[in-house]
Amino acid sequence: MVVFEKPKALTDAVFHYCPGCTHGIVHRLVAECIDELGIEGKTIGVAPVGCSVLAYNYFTCDMIEAAHGRAPAVATGVKRSLPDHVVFTYQGDGDLASIGMCETVHAAARGENITVIFINNAIYGMTGGQMAPTSLIGQVTQTSPYGRDPKTQGYPIRVCELLSSLDGPAYLERVTVNNVKNVNRAKKAIKKAFQNQLDGKGFSLIEVLSSCPTNWGLTPKKALEWIDEKMIPQYPLGVYRDCDKEG
Amino acid sequence: MQEKVLMKGNEAIAEAAILAGCRHYFGYPITPQTEVAAYMSKKMPKIGGTFLQAESEIAAINMVYGVSATGKRVMTSSSSPGIALKCEGISYLAGSDLPALILNVQRGGPGLGGIQPSQSDYFLATRGPGHGDFHVIVLAPASVQEMADLTLKAFELGEKYRMPVMLLADGTMGQMMEPVALPEPTEIDPTPKSWAATGTNCEREHNIVNSLYLSPDELERTNIERFERYAAIERDEPMWEEFMMDDAEICVVSTGITARVSRNAIVEARKQGIKVGMLRPITLWPFPKKALQAAAEKVKAFVSVELNMGQMKEDVELAIRCTKPVSLCYRVGGMIQTPDEVLEAIKKANEGGQE
Amino acid sequence: MAENQIVIAGFGGQGLLFSGKVLAYAGLIEGRELSWLPSYGPEMRGGTANCNVILSDIPVGSPIVQKPDILMVMNNPSLDKYENAVVPGGKIFIDSSLIGRKVQRTDVEAYYVPATQMAADMGFPTLANMILLGTVIAKTGCINPESLSDALHKVIPARKANLFDANMQALQAGMAF
Repeated sequence: MVVFEKPKALTDAVFHYCPGCTHGIVHRLVAECIDELGIEGKTIGVAPVGCSVLAYNYFTCDMIEAAHGRAPAVATGVKRSLPDHVVFTYQGDGDLASIGMCETVHAAARGENITVIFINNAIYGMTGGQMAPTSLIGQVTQTSPYGRDPKTQGYPIRVCELLSSLDGPAYLERVTVNNVKNVNRAKKAIKKAFQNQLDGKGFSLIEVLSSCPTNWGLTPKKALEWIDEKMIPQYPLGVYRDCDKEG
Repeated sequence: MQEKVLMKGNEAIAEAAILAGCRHYFGYPITPQTEVAAYMSKKMPKIGGTFLQAESEIAAINMVYGVSATGKRVMTSSSSPGIALKCEGISYLAGSDLPALILNVQRGGPGLGGIQPSQSDYFLATRGPGHGDFHVIVLAPASVQEMADLTLKAFELGEKYRMPVMLLADGTMGQMMEPVALPEPTEIDPTPKSWAATGTNCEREHNIVNSLYLSPDELERTNIERFERYAAIERDEPMWEEFMMDDAEICVVSTGITARVSRNAIVEARKQGIKVGMLRPITLWPFPKKALQAAAEKVKAFVSVELNMGQMKEDVELAIRCTKPVSLCYRVGGMIQTPDEVLEAIKKANEGGQE
Repeated sequence: MAENQIVIAGFGGQGLLFSGKVLAYAGLIEGRELSWLPSYGPEMRGGTANCNVILSDIPVGSPIVQKPDILMVMNNPSLDKYENAVVPGGKIFIDSSLIGRKVQRTDVEAYYVPATQMAADMGFPTLANMILLGTVIAKTGCINPESLSDALHKVIPARKANLFDANMQALQAGMAF
């Protein structure tokens, strides 16, 4: 008896992610939601530039590779062209909150009926561990070797809180995937973000606090603990906007 | 062709695009092309199309990329500084082999420059507007009628070769009104394109619209294949118009508004007994090299009349392999030559002098 | 070959581009070759505005009018700017309610029409341009007056159709001047 299967919405390609990286978990959650909602055939994903640049190889739905930070604009074009289809972007913190902040904020402000999966691991992974817009105060990275100093390098950006000041978004939630309970919560949130789109409710963004053991210089297990100890105090989990609850 | 109406060049492009089946427009306001956006914002909602004023030129071209990835006709428009911002997206369109119409109603530069007519984006357009090794097809209209005709042509060429097409106009062409016979509406085949991201319907392998090739030999192969397509375009698609070239000894080369000014100068020069004609490139890439080479066999000199410091002159010299002298008659910054200024340049060339 | 090269100039807001469009549409109705080219940009906001109209029997080369044979002006700076550009034998039409001085050239024909005053007297204070244009049409024959009604219908947007009669009356007053 098979007790644990690969979701249909994932291809057979082997993930290129580092051991202990939580991208794989989030990919799986997205794919499970696509399976459960039965939307694989009408879903179009937009991949970012960053560690998940090759996401287009992993999902069985049609995929489009966007320029760095532009995924929400590309997704806007796709959704306007195919309004009955399901369009999602999958973006990291550099892509979404730095170079693509403009596209992110305006897609949210328009209430664009798309689903955004936002991986916040407080670092640039693909280029080898540079400071991200979400890097924590004091965090040592390749480009903040003495620790992030707000005097010269500014403060980390809380994306959900920032977007929650807009009228456009339908649903904003921050989750994490560092233990079973949190993974289950994350899946619930991601599924709701897709369901919202099917229901025509508008812009939904799920921020997933993720681990980067390689660039954080921690073991996978320590990295998951670091999320609890360091990231959640800066980035509290929770719902920042839910149009269902605000009438 | 429909009955002639009076339209601004910018409006003729917008209406021709709609008639060509384009139902998606993304743009950002910038003089002197804002009429295109204004026209689209009025028309598109009435015909079930999309008009979206994007947050930036960068966002607009990436929205274009998104629609094009689904296989539908789509366009954006801007003027020089905005086109510079779109270059990233144009490179991605080229790298992903996606068609799109990009209208550039040029104004003076560099920097913020001015808002009066210019042709100073000639190099930007013809050398591949963006990073990497690629081309876009570049069309240069010289009348409101051509603004409409070349819009339709741009969509057809873009789809035929799966690449972006830039309509390279100048502020005068965009702002002026002339009688124009609009094209008949194009019937769009609703069948999804085999390469497009339109949803697999769980019936086929997934399509990936992408310009990333991490393996160098694969990337090299895509570049070479693309340039094989470009070679076919250079062979089959050059367009140009000849004016009084039959017995010409001097050949004016000019596009857009300066071709119109040159026409007056040529008529006047002919009255004064100078055998001069004009070869007006309509495609700037592919540049009509063969036509220029043929002209070089007959004429003793060329005069390149441009609204820049001689960008196209270099292409004329390259095309004819510098076998005949090419002089330059230019104005920049939004200034435009008078017919008298062009006439002087023609006379000098006729007398064998340099500019 | 009949060809008119026309410059219409004044302040932004005086309806100069509109006047040019009336000529252009009349030309279209008459099946002539033509171009209409406006000045554009911030100068349009309260500054000097102008438009160039060419009506011809052969295809129009440059749409830019360097040497007009018809100049219609509605402010002093425009007369200063274009007076010397007019070809010898050309015609200059002046709103004498707004322009105090006379034409200095002796090799052109000048027409002084108190268009702004006439418009006010007729109760159409915004239609001085149409009055002056009426005189242009009557004195130059650049377009056939019979085309005017159709041309006006094309230029006046549907939501302002009620302004047709006033425009037509203003044109006729100018033609009769």
